[in-house]
Amino acid sequence: MDWTLLTVQLLNGLQLGILLFLLASGLTLIFGIMDFVNLAHGSLYMVGAFFCATLTQWLDSFWLGLLLALPATAVVGILVELVVVRHLYERDHLDHVLATFGLILVFDTLTQMIWGPDGQVIPLPAWLDGQVSLGGAIEVPTYRVAIILTGLAVAFGLFILVTRTRLGMQIRAGASNRKMVSALGVNIGLLFSIVFVIGAVLAGLAGMMIAPITEASIGMGNQIIIVAFVVIVIGGIGSIKGAFIAAILVGLIDTMGRSYLDALFKMFMSAQNAETSAPAVSAMLIYILMAVILAVRPSGLFGPRGH
Amino acid sequence: MGESVILSIKDLYKSFGGVVATNGLSLDVLEREVHAVIGPNGAGKTTLVSQVTGVVLPDAGQIVFRDRDITRMPAYRRPHLGMARSFQITSIIQDMTVLENVVLAVQAKAGHSYRFWEPAIADDQLTEPAMRALTQVGLEPEAMQIAGPLSHGEHRQLELAMVLATDPELVFLDEPTAGMGREDSARMVSMLESLKGSRTVILVEHDMDAVFALADRITVMVEGRAIATGTPDVIRADRSVREAYLGEDMNTAIE
Amino acid sequence: MKSLTVRGWVTLGVLVALALLPVFVSVTGREFFLVLATRLVILAIAAVSLNLILGYGRMISFGHAAYLGIGAYAVGIPAYYEIYNGFIQIGIAIGVSVAFAFLTGLVCLRTRGVNFIMITMAFSMMVFFAFVSIEEYGGDDGLVIEVRSEFGRWLNLENDTVLYYVCFVSLLGVLYLIRRIVHSRFGMVIQGARGNEGRMQSLGFDTFRYRLVCYVIAGALCGYAGALLGNFTSFISPEMMDWTRSGELIFMVVLGGTSSLFGPVLGAGLFILLEEILSGFWLYWQLIFGIFLILVVLFAKGGIDSWLGRNPER
Repeated sequence: MDWTLLTVQLLNGLQLGILLFLLASGLTLIFGIMDFVNLAHGSLYMVGAFFCATLTQWLDSFWLGLLLALPATAVVGILVELVVVRHLYERDHLDHVLATFGLILVFDTLTQMIWGPDGQVIPLPAWLDGQVSLGGAIEVPTYRVAIILTGLAVAFGLFILVTRTRLGMQIRAGASNRKMVSALGVNIGLLFSIVFVIGAVLAGLAGMMIAPITEASIGMGNQIIIVAFVVIVIGGIGSIKGAFIAAILVGLIDTMGRSYLDALFKMFMSAQNAETSAPAVSAMLIYILMAVILAVRPSGLFGPRGH
Repeated sequence: MGESVILSIKDLYKSFGGVVATNGLSLDVLEREVHAVIGPNGAGKTTLVSQVTGVVLPDAGQIVFRDRDITRMPAYRRPHLGMARSFQITSIIQDMTVLENVVLAVQAKAGHSYRFWEPAIADDQLTEPAMRALTQVGLEPEAMQIAGPLSHGEHRQLELAMVLATDPELVFLDEPTAGMGREDSARMVSMLESLKGSRTVILVEHDMDAVFALADRITVMVEGRAIATGTPDVIRADRSVREAYLGEDMNTAIE
Repeated sequence: MKSLTVRGWVTLGVLVALALLPVFVSVTGREFFLVLATRLVILAIAAVSLNLILGYGRMISFGHAAYLGIGAYAVGIPAYYEIYNGFIQIGIAIGVSVAFAFLTGLVCLRTRGVNFIMITMAFSMMVFFAFVSIEEYGGDDGLVIEVRSEFGRWLNLENDTVLYYVCFVSLLGVLYLIRRIVHSRFGMVIQGARGNEGRMQSLGFDTFRYRLVCYVIAGALCGYAGALLGNFTSFISPEMMDWTRSGELIFMVVLGGTSSLFGPVLGAGLFILLEEILSGFWLYWQLIFGIFLILVVLFAKGGIDSWLGRNPER
C-alpha cells in the first residue's frame, strides 16, 4: 500500500471537492432563491482565472493578483446581472438556459479576443510551490493544502454569513418564500443582485485557485459546470450544507475512482479488461452516484422536501 | 335514508411541518347523497379533499371506498374506481379547446391512451360522451373555443363537465361556485340539483344558499375535525355548531 | 386547394427547395450546398424530435445531443469491426437510444424544473466522458469510418445525393409521424400534462409513464438522426454529444418556435445558415451568435413561429 500516493489522492479529492463547493454553493443559492438556471456560472469561473493571471503578471505578485481579481470578477458579475439576468427572473427556465448559453458564447469569444487562444499561466510564489510534510515520510504539494484551507475558511465564512447575519437571514427567507420577503419590505431586487454577485465571486475564486495548477484556458468553465450541477443535484437545490457534503463526496469519489478503480477491477477481471473498462467506468462514477441518490431521494440529499 | 356507506373516513390525521391540518377526522358518506362539508377558513376542508383524492397522503387514519382501503393509493388510480373531482382554483387546460378538455376526461376513463396514430378529436367514442357532458352543463356552443380566454363562470362549467364526462359514482366538488356572481351561482346550483339522486356528491362550499339548497346531510369542520354531522335542520339547531362556527354566513343563513 | 397562410407558404417553399436542391447542385456544380443541406436536414430531424418533448411536452432536456452521438457511434463502432450492414447499424442506433432514454428517463422524469435540466445534461456528459475514455474507439480523437451503411444493391449511400435524399425522406417521415403522435390520444395526454400535472393525475393519467414513453420516442428518433449523421460526417467523436451541442439543438427549436410541427426545421435552417454566413466573416463570429441568442430570448419569445403568425393547428 503506497501511503504517499493514497494521501496525495485523498488530498486531491478533497481539493477538488472544495473547489466544487465554491462553484456549487453560489449556484445553488441562485437556483434556490431566484429559481434562475445560470449556465454561465462556469464563465465567471473562467473570468476569475484570467483576471488573476493578468493581474499576477502585471503586479508580479500572486497575492495581489488574487486579491484584486476578486472585486474585478464581482464587477463582471454585477454587469451580467444588470444587463441580462435581471430581466429573466420572471421568465421560465428555458429562457434562462438559452440566455445564459448565449452568455457563454459571448464570454468565451471575448476572452479569446482579449487574451488570445492560448491559456494563461499563473506562476506561484516559491513558498507555495513546494512540498510540505504531513507527519512522517508523507510529502504533499503545499499549494493543494493551501487551497483546501482557503476553501474551508470561505465555507466557514459562508456559513456564518448565512446563519448569523441579517443578510443571511434574508437569503434563507427568500429561499423559502420570495413574495413574503418582499412584502416585508426587503428590497428583493437588491437581494437577488447580492446573491448573484456572491455566487460570481465564489466562482471566480475557484477559478483563480485552480488556474496555477491547470492554467487559465478558454472554455474551462464548460466542463466543470457539469460537475457542479451534479453536486447541486445530489446536495439538493438551495442547500449550502448539501452542496458542501455533495461536493466533498463527488470530489473524493471522482479522484479515488480514477486512481484506484482499475486496481479494484483487476481483483475480479483480467488485467486487459480492467484496463479498458476502468477509465470509462470511473468517468461515469459520479453520474451513477447521482442516479442512485436521485432514485432514492428525487430532491437530493437536503433538497426541498416533497414535490 | 337507508343507503349504505360509500366512503368512510376514520381518524384521519395530517400535519404539514408544525401545522395540523386534519386532526382526527371521521366521516361517513352515504351512497347517492349530497353531503356538504362546511367550516370556517382553515378548517381543513381542502386538505380533506386532497387526502381523499390522493394528492396528499395522510399521516395516519384510513379512507375506505366501497370496502376498499384507498388510503395510500396513488392519485391517478383513484378516478378509475369511480371518483372524480373538480378544483377550487380553476385548473382546466388553458390552451386546449373546451371540447379537448372534456375529451381528455373521457379518454382517461376509456382505458389506456397509448394510441399514437388516430387523431383523438376525430374519435366518436371520445367526442360523443364529451359533447353530452358539455350539453349537460350548457357549454355546447363554446365547444370549439380555446378554454383559456373564457369567462370565469364558463371555466367553472367546464370543470363540472370534465367531472361529469366520466360518469363517476362519487364526485368531489371543491367550491364550485367560487368567485361566481349571483346569476352564475344560481345556475350552477340548479345544475347540481339535477345530479341529486343519481350519484354521490361531496360538496365543499362557503356559499350557504347553495349548501342548504342542495345538501342531504352536512358535516361541519372546525380545526381539522368534524364537530357535527346531520341533516340541515339538525345542523341549524346544533348549539356547538353555532358556538364554534364564528362565521356570519352561518347565522345569516339560519335567520 | 385551400388557400394557404403565410406559414403554409413558407413551409411549402422550404420543402420544395429542399426537394429540388440536388438538381440545383448538379446544375451549378456547387457541391458545398449539398453538404450544407444534408447537415441541415439531419439536424432538423434531431430538432423535430427534441420538440416532441420540449415543445409539446415542456420537458427541457439539455442532453438530447447524446442520442446523436449514440446513433453515430452505432454506425461507427460496427464499421470499426467491418460490419457495414445498415439495418444492423440502425437497429443498434435505435435500440441503444431507447435503452438509454428509458434508463435515464426513469431517473430524471421524477424530477422537476431546474433539476431535470441539470440531470439530462449530466447524463449526456456521462456518455460523453465514457466515450472519451474508450481508447479503442478513438477516445477524444474520434473514429473515422471508411464505408457508409450498406443497404443492399438498391441503395448506395456512398453517393452523396442518395444519402441526401434518404435524409430528406426521413425528415418527411419523422414530421408525419410526429404529427400523428401529437394529435393522437397519446399526444393529447402529453400536451395536457404540460402545465397541469395535478389536473391530469386527478383525471386518472399516470403522467410519469406517458412522459417516459414520449421521452423514449424522442430519443429513438434522434438516435436515428445520429446514425444518418455518422454516415454523413464519416468522422465520429464524443464532441457530437457535448452539452453545448444539446444547447444548440434547443436554440434551433426555440428559434423556429416551439408550438409548431415545422418550426424546428425552420429553426435548424436559420441556425445553420447563420453559422455558415457568420463564420465566413469573422473569426469571433460566436460573439455575434451569443448576443443574437440573448436578444432573441429577451425580445422575440415565440421564435419564427410568432413572426409567421399564429399557428392554427397545434
